[in-house]
Amino acid sequence: MGGNVRSRQRAVPALLLVCLVAPAVIAVALGWNLSGPTGAQEGGGQQIRGVMEAIGGPERRPVGGVEIVVSLRGAEIGRATSAPDGQWEVPVPEAGIYSVRLLTGTLPAGVALTNPDRVELNAVEVSPGQRKTVRFALGPGAAQTVTRAERISNLAVLGFRFGAIIALSSIGLSLVYGISRLVNFAHGELVTLGAVVAFLFSASGAGPGWHLLVAILPAMLVVGAFGGVLELGLWRPLRRRHTGTVALMLVSIGLALMIRYLIVVIFGRRPRAYLHYTIQEPIEFLTVSTPPKNLVIIGVSAGLLAIVGLLLRHTRMGTAMRAVADNVDLAQASGVDTQRVLLVTWVVGSALTALGGVFFGISETIEWDMGFRLLLLIFAGVILGGIGTAYGAMVGGFLVGLLTELSTYWIDAEFKTAVGLGMLVVMLLFRPQGLLGVRGRVG
Amino acid sequence: MDLVKITVDALRGSFGVAAAAYALSAIGLNLQFGYTGLVNLGHIASMLVGAYGTAIVVDAGGSLLLGVLVGVASAVVLGLLWGLPTLRLRADYLAIVTLSGAEILRYIVRSQWADPLTGSVYGIQRFADSFYRWNPFGEGAYGFSIASNPLRYSERQLWVMVVCWGFVIVATIVVALLVHSPWGRALRAIREDTEAARSLGKNVFGYELQSLMIGGVIGALAGAMLAIETQNVHPDFYIPVFTMFVFAALLLGGPGTIWGPVVGSIVFWLLFEWFDGFIVAAIREGWFGDLLSDVDAGPLRTVLLGAGLVLLVVFRPQGIFGNRDEVMLDGR
Repeated sequence: MGGNVRSRQRAVPALLLVCLVAPAVIAVALGWNLSGPTGAQEGGGQQIRGVMEAIGGPERRPVGGVEIVVSLRGAEIGRATSAPDGQWEVPVPEAGIYSVRLLTGTLPAGVALTNPDRVELNAVEVSPGQRKTVRFALGPGAAQTVTRAERISNLAVLGFRFGAIIALSSIGLSLVYGISRLVNFAHGELVTLGAVVAFLFSASGAGPGWHLLVAILPAMLVVGAFGGVLELGLWRPLRRRHTGTVALMLVSIGLALMIRYLIVVIFGRRPRAYLHYTIQEPIEFLTVSTPPKNLVIIGVSAGLLAIVGLLLRHTRMGTAMRAVADNVDLAQASGVDTQRVLLVTWVVGSALTALGGVFFGISETIEWDMGFRLLLLIFAGVILGGIGTAYGAMVGGFLVGLLTELSTYWIDAEFKTAVGLGMLVVMLLFRPQGLLGVRGRVG
Repeated sequence: MDLVKITVDALRGSFGVAAAAYALSAIGLNLQFGYTGLVNLGHIASMLVGAYGTAIVVDAGGSLLLGVLVGVASAVVLGLLWGLPTLRLRADYLAIVTLSGAEILRYIVRSQWADPLTGSVYGIQRFADSFYRWNPFGEGAYGFSIASNPLRYSERQLWVMVVCWGFVIVATIVVALLVHSPWGRALRAIREDTEAARSLGKNVFGYELQSLMIGGVIGALAGAMLAIETQNVHPDFYIPVFTMFVFAALLLGGPGTIWGPVVGSIVFWLLFEWFDGFIVAAIREGWFGDLLSDVDAGPLRTVLLGAGLVLLVVFRPQGIFGNRDEVMLDGR
């Protein structure tokens, strides 16, 4: 009883420290307000713009004289004609969702839309002050014919890339759950944090402006350390207080809100891109045509996941991790220092998640809610593979990534995430323990 | 900084339509979480179906009453949809599926594919005119002033408030009767010890499903009222953060108590609006120099909400009224 009270008193200041001071420290560490002078990005002056370019094989050439009409809710806002260098821009009065239409009659001979369906882009979302770039894919003459095999193999590459990102990001979540029964809803924020820290060190004016490859290192270090701080300052004291699993879940949600909206304050709501690896010439082999960055992401992730797999199998710490995730009491009784194992899991898992975040940022853009969007698919992957296992997280992650991307062959890409959740529900109905999980766990 | 004005504005908010709608929504969540121990992180989805059901039916030429009924019926279907695969499993699965399910539903409503029905990213506007035609209050501002700070509501707001708080009282009475009936005692038995309830021959799955659906119906009604007030439904009103508003209000008042959700919602909006006013005033007076601007007030408020949620769950999960032993904090 006395010990309980004492540990409770010790837990209180530690908890307060994490809740109130840590976010401020992160904020300062991130270089307060990457968005530059505050308010500038919300002040107005937003526009929609783009460059008209016809791409035929390796060749690009600007297309001038093409007319573009921008409208809001059916009412025309403005129009523009592309300059000889292909540039065009239309200022818009307010943030909102615009539709942008290309007048095909103004296209010169020998140039046509690669996909005739995309003559009008309907959901062009412009945030305050944003200079929104939209792109019409133009190609030579008749619409390019893409064979079914080409489309599917290209989607498969995207699927493996997405799967690699999900797999990297979900190992930590799955192992932490296996060990401490914590469903960490703040895990997605580690993804965002990884992408944002890499942005700070590479592309932000406030940062040192390193190459993105170098900036990955501080991203993994900072987020790994942050994971360790969370475990030591928040989760461990809470476990000492015997906080229930539902309470832990709600705490993680509160934590997620704090981190996510601090990122909004610091980073802003505008999506940003890294300076490197944005546009690349696709390389072609067999039926695949893809920018090399995708293959690099897949290769690096697969290699890293293989290394993690080997470490889990052949090192003392790795064996201990799997043992604790499988059965805490048994591992403890066998002399495993479960607290230390959990700390290492948090640090390594968070660092891998940060890398997943950087890769996600390279694939799409860096945005304040990118981690939360990914979290839903991370959950799907983790449950598909078997929650609490590391290998399950890897397998499930790749499966979810692959199947969600491939699904866009048949259904609209808007429903990608819905496909991921559909897989999750089907799995829960027929094999709730997941592909590699143990039956007894789902109770 | 005019603290009196900030406080009066906050008081105004704490009895306004949002507070009433969130109180109603929290009553639904209270049945699920407080009494049955179901962690429904997608409660906002039942508000979404209530609101969109109303808007879509009226938009298609139906009456407002029919619309609300359709919205409420959709909430029953929603409860079945995500209850069936998850209720036989552990609490964490329900939490994950409801959270993701609510987002998926929002993506679908937002998609171009659903545009003919839902108006996709534009939403649907001006569907509740008939509600305001029944308004018995004449034009004017109703209320009083505190130290020359007006605490007034327009006749439209007053009309929605009266109806919405009316629903709150009715729902509170219905839930009070329900939880004190044998049915409600079975719910609490399930919350306390699922296995024991099952061994006594109770159909745990059935009770949980009923609780999920009834809670969803109350949530849908709240969603419909909120949509009627703004005359606007838009997919971005239904992001997961708002489920956490409801959770925060419920935890503040006390889960598993009759008046907890109502008082919790009033106190929640009082605090929320007060901090909002305070942060905006502090930023305008330059407390933070160039670091923060007006647009940062909204996110900062949510950061405070997150911190509040953490502290509440850790230090006083029973809220103002609750009994700590009656709060379901341990998953099964």
